[in-house]
Amino acid sequence: MTPDTFSVELFTQNWTAVALSAVVAAMAIGGMFAASRMLSARRHSEEKLTTYECGIPPSPYTWSNINVRFYIFAILFLIFDVEAVFLFPWAVIFMQEKINEANTLPFYAMMMFLGVLAFAIIYAWKKGVLEWQK
Amino acid sequence: MLEAILLTISLDDFIWIIVGLFAMFTCLSIVVLSLTWLERKVLGRLQLRLGPTRTGPMGLMQPIADALKLILKEDIVPASSEKALFWVAPVIVVISAFMIWVTIPGTQTAVIQNLDLGLFYIIAFSVIGILGLVLAGWGSANKYGTLGGLRAAAQLISYEIPIIMVAISVAMLAQSLDLREIVDGQNDYIYVFVQPLGLVLFFIAGLAEVGRTPFDIYFAESEIVGGPFVEYSGAHWSVFFLAEYINTFAIAALMVILFLGGWSGPVLSGNWEIIWFLGKVYVVIMVIFWVRGTFPRLRIDQLMAFAWKVMVPMSFLSVVMTAVYQFYDWPAWSLTAMSSAGLAVVGLLIFKKMTAPSKLVAEVKARREALEAQRRPAASGGGD
Repeated sequence: MTPDTFSVELFTQNWTAVALSAVVAAMAIGGMFAASRMLSARRHSEEKLTTYECGIPPSPYTWSNINVRFYIFAILFLIFDVEAVFLFPWAVIFMQEKINEANTLPFYAMMMFLGVLAFAIIYAWKKGVLEWQK
Repeated sequence: MLEAILLTISLDDFIWIIVGLFAMFTCLSIVVLSLTWLERKVLGRLQLRLGPTRTGPMGLMQPIADALKLILKEDIVPASSEKALFWVAPVIVVISAFMIWVTIPGTQTAVIQNLDLGLFYIIAFSVIGILGLVLAGWGSANKYGTLGGLRAAAQLISYEIPIIMVAISVAMLAQSLDLREIVDGQNDYIYVFVQPLGLVLFFIAGLAEVGRTPFDIYFAESEIVGGPFVEYSGAHWSVFFLAEYINTFAIAALMVILFLGGWSGPVLSGNWEIIWFLGKVYVVIMVIFWVRGTFPRLRIDQLMAFAWKVMVPMSFLSVVMTAVYQFYDWPAWSLTAMSSAGLAVVGLLIFKKMTAPSKLVAEVKARREALEAQRRPAASGGGD
């Protein structure tokens, strides 16, 4: 979207639709839950409400400690996700810059940025971050 | 301030948007019903079974019977669960699945509200579903559930990156994030011809994003008995699967829009072009079902390694090659060549990973048989 086409009307219309979609989906799902609540059988017993653990009585700690092996992936993901935020606007602007303004800086700058990121992933790989930790 | 902004939208528009959204929700529900039937039929045929046959002609009423059963089923909320999280998790999943359909166009005009940032919006909102899965796993206070929720987070964020990168390379080709302009940009040639690597990466990552086999690690029934969904039943459970099928349909629709030319096709014109669109989407869906019938489930370490060692570098490469191709004004076939080379590498890696273990097994078996064959005549010879 170029700045000269921006209008409050268009902006409102666009994002009203988005906001309303959440409301409509919530209403439809709410209707479904309500129907289910009215129609379904409800005969609860203590046994039925216990946590499932292969049929045996559950061990006392339902939230037991779990080895989170994924947090480094999460950090890596954060890096790449932030990078994506930079890439999206760049992707639709760098050719315009080149053609209209003869400005080649955006292209080379982004290639350098991607180079740094490529280095980052190679470094993570060499460090063994991408291996499944025992 | 808010009132001033809201006044700029007329009441007519407002009502039409709401009507359109309800119509969209109804259509999606019908599509989901059709998909469950189709999946059972196709999987049945792939396994030399018939699939559903008893409910109506060709079992066509089966989805309706399923839906009724799920609505009428008792909805159990375990006593030890975190009630609020348990309740809200499926709602988050299905709302985020539905919200991206606001801007997916069926034809040039058949769209509820076209957004200039359509592609960016879709990618941003498709990630919110992960939150719902993690909350579902945590809220059900179940060990399998927690494990499944964490697996879902790890898997879905890892496969999100290839999707983003491939989407960016398509946005570069079309020089737009508007889905309608992306389809218009494919008038000369559809993008699969210049970016076959992108299509394959998007397909694989898309499968992982919606958790279809072979990437159904996070609710693998035979390992963690349904992961985040283990404690859910009745209406709540059905909502998760509603979301899953809506997402599958969305991924197929995005593939068609980004790579296969959307609604463009010969003969039809105007809004009838939606037939082309739906036809292409259902072809992609059939391929997804076919993959489900063919491949075994991956192990989680293989899954993560595949994401970070194959998909991420390759999707990076696709961004770089698209940028270079555009910046230096190379002819279109050069991008096809580069992309095909990348695709060959991916194909080779998958082939080696898939065939190497089976080859090893075959070798060991052959060696043992040869050994036994050698021993047997010797033993019988000794007896004489």
